[in-house]
Amino acid sequence: MKVFAFHLMPYGALDMSYAEEHNSVWLKLPNSYFDPKIGHELYNRYLDELELAAEVGFDGISVNEHHQNAYGLMPSPVVMAAALARNTEKCKIAILGNAFALREHPLTLAEEHAMIDNITGGRLITGMVRGVGCEYFSMGVNPAYSLERHIEAHDLVVRAWTETGPFAFEGKHYHFEYVNMWPRPYQDPHPPIWCPSQGSTETIEWAAHPDRKYVYLQAYSAFESVLRYLNMYRSVAEQNYGYTASSGQIAWSVPVYCAETDEQAMEEVRPHIESLFNTFLPKISQSMFVPPGYMTASSMKKIFAHKATLRGGQKVEDLMQRGVIVVGSPDTVRDTLIERHRQAGFEHVLIMPQFGTLPADLTEKNLRLLGAEVVPALQALDENHYAGFELSAAAAE
Amino acid sequence: MADCTESKIDIRGTGMYLRRGGSGEPMLFLHGASGVAGWIPTFQALSETHDLMVPDHPTYGLSDEPEWLDGMEDLAMFYLDFLDQMNLEGVHLVGNSLGGWLAMEIAVRNCTRLKSLTLVGAAGIRIAGKPIADIFMMDPDDLVREIFVDQSYADNILNMELTEEQLDIQIRNRVATARLGWQPRLFNPNLRKWLHRITVPTHVIWGDTDKIVDPAYAAEFGKIIAGSEVTMIEKAGHLPHIEQSEPFVEAVSGFLQSKAA
Repeated sequence: MKVFAFHLMPYGALDMSYAEEHNSVWLKLPNSYFDPKIGHELYNRYLDELELAAEVGFDGISVNEHHQNAYGLMPSPVVMAAALARNTEKCKIAILGNAFALREHPLTLAEEHAMIDNITGGRLITGMVRGVGCEYFSMGVNPAYSLERHIEAHDLVVRAWTETGPFAFEGKHYHFEYVNMWPRPYQDPHPPIWCPSQGSTETIEWAAHPDRKYVYLQAYSAFESVLRYLNMYRSVAEQNYGYTASSGQIAWSVPVYCAETDEQAMEEVRPHIESLFNTFLPKISQSMFVPPGYMTASSMKKIFAHKATLRGGQKVEDLMQRGVIVVGSPDTVRDTLIERHRQAGFEHVLIMPQFGTLPADLTEKNLRLLGAEVVPALQALDENHYAGFELSAAAAE
Repeated sequence: MADCTESKIDIRGTGMYLRRGGSGEPMLFLHGASGVAGWIPTFQALSETHDLMVPDHPTYGLSDEPEWLDGMEDLAMFYLDFLDQMNLEGVHLVGNSLGGWLAMEIAVRNCTRLKSLTLVGAAGIRIAGKPIADIFMMDPDDLVREIFVDQSYADNILNMELTEEQLDIQIRNRVATARLGWQPRLFNPNLRKWLHRITVPTHVIWGDTDKIVDPAYAAEFGKIIAGSEVTMIEKAGHLPHIEQSEPFVEAVSGFLQSKAA
């Protein structure tokens, strides 16, 4: 198994009294809440944390993209990947993901990814995402065309990376007379493409297609759902496309906190993990998160039928019990992740070692304990440690 | 009592759901973002003096979702096809909200089959600093409340138990509206430049308490569309034809009679 450290780079210094006047940290929280002097410290601290992860033995480090919020401060993960490129030597650098179709010119991102791939000698992994719903508000992109633009941007980027230019790209949303990418990516044919998602059926079916066989990365949620979506990918490969997906196509991201003992881990992490779920995630209106057309009509209908499922008031015990997070001593964390792998068979795990307000000292301790006592055991796991899945069980979902 | 026939007609391969009732000069009513709520009393009243047609736009309501529909320009051209195919002449074109925007997009392209234009709480242009309410951002329940002055209308809508089909239509309508009006938000930056091409008598009708498209837009359209008249309807929000049916019908008929005289 390959073990990655994944950072959201939240604005952990958020003045929590924001909640008296604002109901969400997304989209409309005034940027007066952002202090650039603190931003300077946080960005550098977070980059240090990812570099430390590489030092203590993680196989890769990872960043992602979000706009206009305190949940994740990387509107351009390319900037962070570039900063990491020169200070690391062996680890993969994974941008999971970049929203190519939120751009009017996806080729600018494709060029930047190719540059990083050249600088790092082929250590880049490219994630392609559609962005979360409220980013269609912040970027002024029409959500009703989200899926088709996403697919077209992907086709454009892959052709630009692999075909000898110049050629004309004649799409519906994108039209360029001269596509001739300098530089070409270092990796041949191009950096691996991953598809991070919260469990969208369209994404799973698209990623699993035999023309792509892209790694599907399930974002953190209750482990029961994680397992269902990862098995859905395997099952789609088997039933829709007639091939057996390898564990190399499966990835999962999960917040993890490790301390000396189970009790200590739980007490240390409590306020910080609860800040992630109760401050940085919740209270986002359905209108903001599910703009029209962003998902299929049937998915929208399900969501609107279950209104008022806003998160909030989540407790660390409950999050652990549902497997949304993994917390404990090195033994507990190691055994839990080994067991999860036995059930779900992911060849890639993305550990979030920092979340919400978790401070620098605890993040560093977490990373060092993970690096010394958990990561090596995970790296030794392979397909032989995976129990497999029942096709019929997955198909019945 | 619905004195109209309802059928799906074929316009160049696209199935369009059409309500039609009454007789007289043809009148085409173009609905707004939330679609058509049946053959309302206003339609019944207008159909007493007109051959009234109330379609669901393609991708809305019970109409087909054609591949070719990517924006408001496509919809305007489709309605010109509709007018040609139905061989309608001297049409009184009425549009509410997004339908008002559509009516203008049709009229600036070709007025030859039109006899008058009535804009009701129309979207389509932008007054700097006075955006149309962000109907995509608002919670759907809040939106319903903002649309009406008289909250009993909102209560009725919000307390309605929707059938599966009605729920599906609600979602389709939301997606269709995003398709046409997400970016830029419910207007065409180029439309203002071409409004002088509207050569038929134009009536601008607005609810005096419209919280979706500010009444300032009524004055603006009155100013830029040559020879147009503005009528404000008292105690009405964004849907004066629903909230103040009688004054609305009087305003429409009064204007048309004055132009016919």
